[in-house]
Amino acid sequence: MTQKQSQAIALVNARLIDPASGYDGPGSLIIAEGLIAEVLHTAHLPSGSADMKVIDCDGNVVCPGLIDLRVKTGEPGAEPKETLKSASRAAAAGGVTSMVVQPDTDPVIDEPAMVDFILRRARDIELVHVYPAGAATKGHNGKQMAEIGLMSESGAVYFTDVEHPIVNSKVLARVLSYANGFNALIAHRPKEPWLSDGAVATSGEMAARMGLSGVSALSERIALERDLALVELTGARLLVDQITTAGSVKAIKQAKARGLDVYASASINHLVFNEIDIGDYRTFYRLDPPLRSEDDRSALVDALADGVIDVVVSNHTPLPAEDKRRPFSEAEPGAIGLQTLLPALIGLHHDREIPLIDLLRTVTSNPAALIGLDAGRLAVGAPADLILVDIDAPFSLRERDILSKSKNSPFENRTLQGKVELTLVDGRIVYQSA
Amino acid sequence: MTRIAATDPQVLLEMIQSRLFAFPKRHFNAAQDLDPPDILALLDLADVFVDLNRRTNKKLDLLKGRTQVNLFFENSTRTMSSFELAGKRLGADTVNMNPRTSSVAKGETLIDTAVTLNAMKPDLLVVRHSASGAAELLAQKVGCSVINAGDGQHQHPTQALLDMLSIRRAFGHVDSLTVAICGDVAHSRVARSNVILLNAMGANVRLVGPPTLIPGDADQWGVEVYHDMREGIAGANVVMMLRLQLERMDGAFIPSTREYFRYFGLDREKLAVAAKDVRVMHPGPMNRGVEIDSEIADDLSISLIQDQVEMGVAARMAVLASLAARLETDR
Repeated sequence: MTQKQSQAIALVNARLIDPASGYDGPGSLIIAEGLIAEVLHTAHLPSGSADMKVIDCDGNVVCPGLIDLRVKTGEPGAEPKETLKSASRAAAAGGVTSMVVQPDTDPVIDEPAMVDFILRRARDIELVHVYPAGAATKGHNGKQMAEIGLMSESGAVYFTDVEHPIVNSKVLARVLSYANGFNALIAHRPKEPWLSDGAVATSGEMAARMGLSGVSALSERIALERDLALVELTGARLLVDQITTAGSVKAIKQAKARGLDVYASASINHLVFNEIDIGDYRTFYRLDPPLRSEDDRSALVDALADGVIDVVVSNHTPLPAEDKRRPFSEAEPGAIGLQTLLPALIGLHHDREIPLIDLLRTVTSNPAALIGLDAGRLAVGAPADLILVDIDAPFSLRERDILSKSKNSPFENRTLQGKVELTLVDGRIVYQSA
Repeated sequence: MTRIAATDPQVLLEMIQSRLFAFPKRHFNAAQDLDPPDILALLDLADVFVDLNRRTNKKLDLLKGRTQVNLFFENSTRTMSSFELAGKRLGADTVNMNPRTSSVAKGETLIDTAVTLNAMKPDLLVVRHSASGAAELLAQKVGCSVINAGDGQHQHPTQALLDMLSIRRAFGHVDSLTVAICGDVAHSRVARSNVILLNAMGANVRLVGPPTLIPGDADQWGVEVYHDMREGIAGANVVMMLRLQLERMDGAFIPSTREYFRYFGLDREKLAVAAKDVRVMHPGPMNRGVEIDSEIADDLSISLIQDQVEMGVAARMAVLASLAARLETDR
């Protein structure tokens, strides 16, 4: 499975979807030496084509493999939760061909040797592409800038303090402008630390009735507006790491209209679930940021359809039973998502009739452009990171299907639509459905 | 202008007399106090002082009877001794004062000191202070000439003048040269004074450093701003390195000294993109291995760093002498 594919592969009779070029129609692809060698807008190859392994896609979707910008594993430091290897397997099965792992490990990825460590481990595993994000401040301390230049050069694709927002505005301003000098991207979570302190749900009727301490959905916008003002101050580039509320959508829309170099991501969980889902105190729905109201969720889906949200992430956060099998307010927040990102996104196509190409853009060409990857497009010369998907096939995710070491999926036993049939990374088959 | 290495003391003295002129202002607070003709006149005068300083007998009596007070609120070895030597060689009585900067009510202390000093009737007051604008404030309160020897992050005009002198003596001219000022521009009074004098002299000025160390609006100073050192020093005739203050090193403005040296430290590899005749300058004291590689700092074929120290005395003599000449005309 991990052998280099020397023989050329042809994917014929496919529905090619390439958000980068805007093409959605019949086609075939030829893959050689790890790259896309030919893109044909005809279902079949011209007769007399050379010797190659031909895969008939039977009209199913072939698109670039997904690029997931926000994935956590437990490596290094908490390997029982998830290793780079187990996460890579889940990614391959979920059609994710590139994942960016977060730096809030133990130790924190805040210097070039750590970046190197992740890249070396990923190379040895040889499944999907793994790119590390680096810390924005040393040890996520929010005070001292981390070695953004050296880490960039070593291969860190963006910089973030993950769940620890940089509360000192001066520090964040300096981090933003320093990174800008290196063309490095900063991702920052709009989280107001004092308002969200101790909160496990979004404040409102639901949380009040359940007796859970809540944080107002407004707190996200308070933090977001400061971050946007700092972008205006520094002229830097910012990826707003997950917006979840209608107010944030509006703020992002206005910031973009003002010409700020701002991008926004949303996690698939906040596009699919709302606060009603925590009704049974099921801790798999205990997330950070917490699930929001249906109005917020629906505004988020609209923003996705309108292109206000640039990137959708799985926010894959593996947590073992001992962290989740607790009372709701004592459970660790987070959910895995590498295997369900694509089908959940396809679900938005089926339910909300959002064109598939627009949904796929947020997990292929958009994230590729943000972090400067060559992947994420169906073009001659691009790496052959591809997936074949049956977008109509229904399935239900059972615990035994979960390849992650941790099983905390909020999609467990839910019916999903859209099955990955085949995943190719650099032209190698890294996953094939049974 | 022609440079004659005069050795005859009488010839030297005549040259000094012929080049001596009254300083355009009573005080020398900032580089913009000088117009291009004044700068040239000061450099011409300083050239003769260079020759004088290379003689065994360096003493003149141009400032005989004058009292020069060096009032240094901030520690400095080289600038204070440079001013002290300059005054002594011109025949002035020099007094060094290092008042402790009180942590509270600095402004009040400064004015109190000024009033006290004024009562001692000095003629020339050389002042260094950690607060921008301190020299200006003193100038308003005393009856003598004030020379700014560095005020906070504002200016250090005699440093810029000695840099002009070093550059002109190395290249024969300053105009049309490309000068890249690299490093911590944001906190540098040397950079601010140099930008003004270099622009006045017709040089092309570039500022090079990470965005955290370049003021946001520096592009309005008549300079080009670069955040990539190789681009910034490409084709430069002069690379002027600035000192990185220790307190700025640990994470606040730059992540680490090793990252700083990698991207903004001057080494042979980066210097290779500069002009063939490139000369390297540094106002000192240097952080070797942080902003500059020792190999370059100590290479006398490209480094002007030692010349700068020598030129410092001559340039300050020119300033003191012409300010004293101004005092004569004022009286």
